Amino acid sequence: MSLRTPLGRVLGMGSAKDGTEHWWAQRVSAVALIPLTLWFLFSLLMLPGLDYETVKTWLSLPTSGFLCVLLLVVLTYHSYLGTTVVIEDYVHTAGMKLLLLLVLRFSYVLVCGAGVFAVLRIVMGR
Amino acid sequence: MPSPPVRARPTSPHLDIYRWQIGNTLSILHRLTGIALAMGLPALCYWLVSLAGGDESYAAAAKLFASPAGLVVLIGWTFAFLYHLLNGVRHLFWDAGYGFERTQRHASGWFVVVGSIVLTLCVWVLIRHTAS
Repeated sequence: MSLRTPLGRVLGMGSAKDGTEHWWAQRVSAVALIPLTLWFLFSLLMLPGLDYETVKTWLSLPTSGFLCVLLLVVLTYHSYLGTTVVIEDYVHTAGMKLLLLLVLRFSYVLVCGAGVFAVLRIVMGR
Repeated sequence: MPSPPVRARPTSPHLDIYRWQIGNTLSILHRLTGIALAMGLPALCYWLVSLAGGDESYAAAAKLFASPAGLVVLIGWTFAFLYHLLNGVRHLFWDAGYGFERTQRHASGWFVVVGSIVLTLCVWVLIRHTAS
């Protein structure tokens, strides 16, 4: 006889409450990052130089700006998922864990927001 | 009657009883490169912000990245990225159910190690070539 409630059996999530969503999101963002990161690396390598004018001209193209914003957002998401697991794995006091996870989340939003805003400024030319 | 000696039981995850080998080494390296790359994200955003800020702020950022310490960190991030990319694809193959045989695991592992070192060299030879 199982002691699980019928609702618990239907949801099938165990004590972690969030099933495989975190694991799956990590994989999906990983797949998306393969073309995005390679595009970014190859684009920079193919530029004639990395001086201000060259890089700015390249990034102000709508395609470059668009892909760069996508890169930043997916990179942030993937990185956030990964470092969250690192903190969950190694920080064992509840208060410190909560604090670090909050600092981590705020930092990612701040850094990604600044990066995306910078790219938009470059594309808009102001 | 003497009580039996109390032996300290190993606590989970028993890391110190395992022999060091390629599987666990590359797994640990995957997490370490992931952490290193997470630290690279603010640097990437700083570079973009400096580019949006104009000629002078970009020059300041470029000077920082081109310093000896900056170059060491950039080369480190290049390796970390290429390793994390190749080993990540290796993980995706496992997730899809392929490559679990002992010989396959070892071969793909060494492919990742050699591949990421060679590609890091290629990238930086190309960068020096472009810069000169």
